[in-house]
Amino acid sequence: MLKKILKILEEDSRIAPEQIATMLGISEDEVSSIIKKAEDDGKILKYKTLINWDKVNDEHVWALIEVQVSPQRDTGYDAIAEKIYRFPQARSVYLMSGAYDLAVLVMGKSMHEIADFVGQKLSPIEGVRAAATHFIMKRYKEDGVIMNGPEEVKRQPVIL
Amino acid sequence: MNNDEDKNNRLISNRTNAIAPSGIRKFFDLLGSIDGVISLGVGEPDYSTPWHIREAAIYSMEKGYTMYTSNSGIPELRQRLAEELKNRYKLEYDWQSELLITVGVSEALDLTMRAVINPGDEVIMTDPAYVAYDASVILSGGIPVRVPTVEEKSFELDAAEVETRITKKTKAILLGYPSNPTGAVMPREKLVKIAEVARKHNVLMIVDEIYSHLVYGMGHTCMATLPDMQYNTILLSGFSKSYAMTGWRVGYAAASKDIIAAMTKIHQYTIMCAPTMAQVAAIEALKSGQDDVMEMVEDYNRRRLVMVNGLREIGLSCFEPKGAFYAFPSIKSSGMSSEEFAEKLLVEEKVAVVPGTAFGKCGEGYIRCCYATSLKEIKEALERMKRFLDRHKA
Repeated sequence: MLKKILKILEEDSRIAPEQIATMLGISEDEVSSIIKKAEDDGKILKYKTLINWDKVNDEHVWALIEVQVSPQRDTGYDAIAEKIYRFPQARSVYLMSGAYDLAVLVMGKSMHEIADFVGQKLSPIEGVRAAATHFIMKRYKEDGVIMNGPEEVKRQPVIL
Repeated sequence: MNNDEDKNNRLISNRTNAIAPSGIRKFFDLLGSIDGVISLGVGEPDYSTPWHIREAAIYSMEKGYTMYTSNSGIPELRQRLAEELKNRYKLEYDWQSELLITVGVSEALDLTMRAVINPGDEVIMTDPAYVAYDASVILSGGIPVRVPTVEEKSFELDAAEVETRITKKTKAILLGYPSNPTGAVMPREKLVKIAEVARKHNVLMIVDEIYSHLVYGMGHTCMATLPDMQYNTILLSGFSKSYAMTGWRVGYAAASKDIIAAMTKIHQYTIMCAPTMAQVAAIEALKSGQDDVMEMVEDYNRRRLVMVNGLREIGLSCFEPKGAFYAFPSIKSSGMSSEEFAEKLLVEEKVAVVPGTAFGKCGEGYIRCCYATSLKEIKEALERMKRFLDRHKA
């Protein structure tokens, strides 16, 4: 039941427990207590809103930074990753397989700000060997959602 | 009847004139003239076809698969279909002689009737039932014999009631479960009894199982899987509802060699073959569409519960539909006829539903509400219906 509830919330976090209860054929109290427990356990971390900032004339700039690091004895990549993800500018941080080690998604007010972050904060971290910055030019799809809206429904209004 | 109508009717064949004109044409005209309508009147999924299926069809066109296929359908599609029927139902059909790919179940139904009916033959079917059942029998010169199914008995067809209607002229029993419009599903034991009646009186079973994947909280029983029924059954189904492929028009028939041969004869003179790109898309659906189906069924089920609960909360009695994507609430408490209710609801609150009478006399007192629409729209429609009911409280 937990997975079923999480799936519904992942799609629409504003949906009321009462509605979820109807959808799954269980009581509202049961839904609320499962959600509460998932929040306490850290299974549900946060309720966010997916926004198309391009439509809000927002000037923020995003970049994906490929970081190569030298893993350290005992902590491997984790200590360096932490030094990076502690910065609020780093919005997402992933350990990658392949040509580089950490992928860091960074948001800033301008290209300049991001360049400063990479040059003055990220690159100087001990163990960081190289950082390649790729600015994001356009967002087509995020978290499974197409940014310029879902496909238009082209159904006939009444079909027998 | 005025003179023009009289003259026109003489130009049209008696057989066509014998099909009752749609009683809700007025309703359709009205619908076209109103903006901002929330429609619960649809009869198809609100999903577009899963992208991997569309992509397969696009690729086939790029590669130049633009010619006719074999009359019976692309061999790979029939092979995969045979495999699917085997995996799903343990039914073994010879893909070369016992399967036919058609332009939706609509064509398969028409072919079936034309292949098996002689003038005056009777076909037993439910009332209410999908609109094409009645018409396809009449167009083939047969006579539909309707057996009422009622809310109190979950709109299931009773074998004893079928048996009392069997005559020397009875050729077939036509079943469409899960049902459009009621959403009813036939439990296995009830189907077994109908199969027994069919065998006892040597009557064909024709089953339209297009909604077979869309069942909730219970399994679907395929008529052809019942003892000795495989070759006494013409199994019709397709891809439209399960894979959200209504516009592609791909269906199929599975039956004995003789019946498929007869149907193929008509098919090759009238249709040639189902559209090539649509058949390629159907191959992709069978190859890797199973997850899509499961996702959609789960999603329909959630909306089904919201719709049925919502209808009950606003004061309509609603039988619990276990299949398809329709709820069929009773509107008898409003004191209005189905058509009156649907028309007033459309004009006053801009919600479109289908009057139950579109599906037969026994649909009087009911409306069909499709829940294959967004939750937001379902909720808004329910609110509007509540306002409507409150206003018209007798």
